[in-house]
Amino acid sequence: MHISLTVNGQPYTVDVEPRMLLVHVLRDVLDLTGTNVGCDTSQCGACTVIMDGRAVKSCTVLAVQADGSEILTIEGLAKDGELHPLQEAFWNNHGLQCGYCTPGMIMTAYYLLQTNPNPSEEEIRHGLEGNICRCTGYHNIVRAVQEAAQRM
Amino acid sequence: MYPPKFDYYRATSVDEALSLLQQHGDNAKLLAGGHSLIPLMKTRLAQPAVLIDIGRIDALKGIQVDGDTLRIGPLTTHADIAASEDVQGRAAALADAAGVVGDVQVRNRGTIGGNLAHADPASDLPAAVLALGGEIEVRGPNGSRTVAADDFFQGLFTTALGGDEIITAIRIPAGGGKRVSAYVKFPHPASGYAVVGVAAVLELDGQTITSARVAANGAFECAKRLTGAEQALAGATASDEAIAAAAQRAAEGFNADDFMSDIFASSEYRAHLLGVYTRRALQKALERA
Repeated sequence: MHISLTVNGQPYTVDVEPRMLLVHVLRDVLDLTGTNVGCDTSQCGACTVIMDGRAVKSCTVLAVQADGSEILTIEGLAKDGELHPLQEAFWNNHGLQCGYCTPGMIMTAYYLLQTNPNPSEEEIRHGLEGNICRCTGYHNIVRAVQEAAQRM
Repeated sequence: MYPPKFDYYRATSVDEALSLLQQHGDNAKLLAGGHSLIPLMKTRLAQPAVLIDIGRIDALKGIQVDGDTLRIGPLTTHADIAASEDVQGRAAALADAAGVVGDVQVRNRGTIGGNLAHADPASDLPAAVLALGGEIEVRGPNGSRTVAADDFFQGLFTTALGGDEIITAIRIPAGGGKRVSAYVKFPHPASGYAVVGVAAVLELDGQTITSARVAANGAFECAKRLTGAEQALAGATASDEAIAAAAQRAAEGFNADDFMSDIFASSEYRAHLLGVYTRRALQKALERA
């Protein structure tokens, strides 16, 4: 089945099997491998992307469900060679250890700051409840989101 | 992890979805947000040969206040329900429950209709809809019918919804006198699912509780009313004593066998939590009075 997607501003038409998951289209068809597959069971959030303005777990969305939608992935954040403030803030605050959860963390944080530009620490922790850092590096992740909120 | 192979149909109307259901019978499953179904398919606990995607039927989305009734389209997401001022104001227990389903991303995709039709015992919405006296409007090949939430949840992952039917609306009565409600749960620390969750709805006349509906999920094979607690509350003065008396009677009428038991929580522990969370739900509801 042919589906159309706009990913990071770029239009694509791809032929997918109905059972193909959005994350596999992004990674294996479009070669956008920044989005990670973590638990693959809708829990860890490593595969989070923004779909039509909302953070979603792309391991739990069929590509056919995403037909016609606009997707933003971690690759779409930097502009003209400049990192997005969230990416810089994660760097500045050492908001990652192994880095595997980071793309999903940043995309969920991006969604949080779109909906709540000045979140409290509690709101940040609540907003990131769907993203698991298996290194448990949450303190610096929260600090990074706080810094990004100030800069955005 | 790919789901098993299936044939995919995209319905553009309820009529089309119904005719596809007729055509494919028990081999077909309806796909709404997919946040119960897709994980089940990935783990091969469900292997439908046909998926009928109803996710684009706009007529099944949105929240309306229709006189004394809150009418919620089955494709409305948990996030939209939790954020709705109409739901917060008229059916706070439902907004509470929708706001604690899964996590942010799950609430952005999961839908109330899919959640109720799936009827996971540890899900949050069934107790809220049951306590609020909700009704499920369904349509099948022979037309529409309305099922009270009291009759809808029949067992583990089992509802009154026929294999050839589709939920077309969830109706919550929101008229009459002063009504307060709340939902609270003890979430499983890893999955977030309700080990026990309780929804409480109180009708008030001044300080008098004229009637009460209390329901729980997580504790049993499906959402159930807590009639002992309800009887303790009816006619009582809203007070800590009344709440304590109701919590004391939360498990009344249930046997040890009625409570779920697993490696995380024994039936005894769930029975204990039922009293604790009945008290907390009632306290939270009365704080809103």
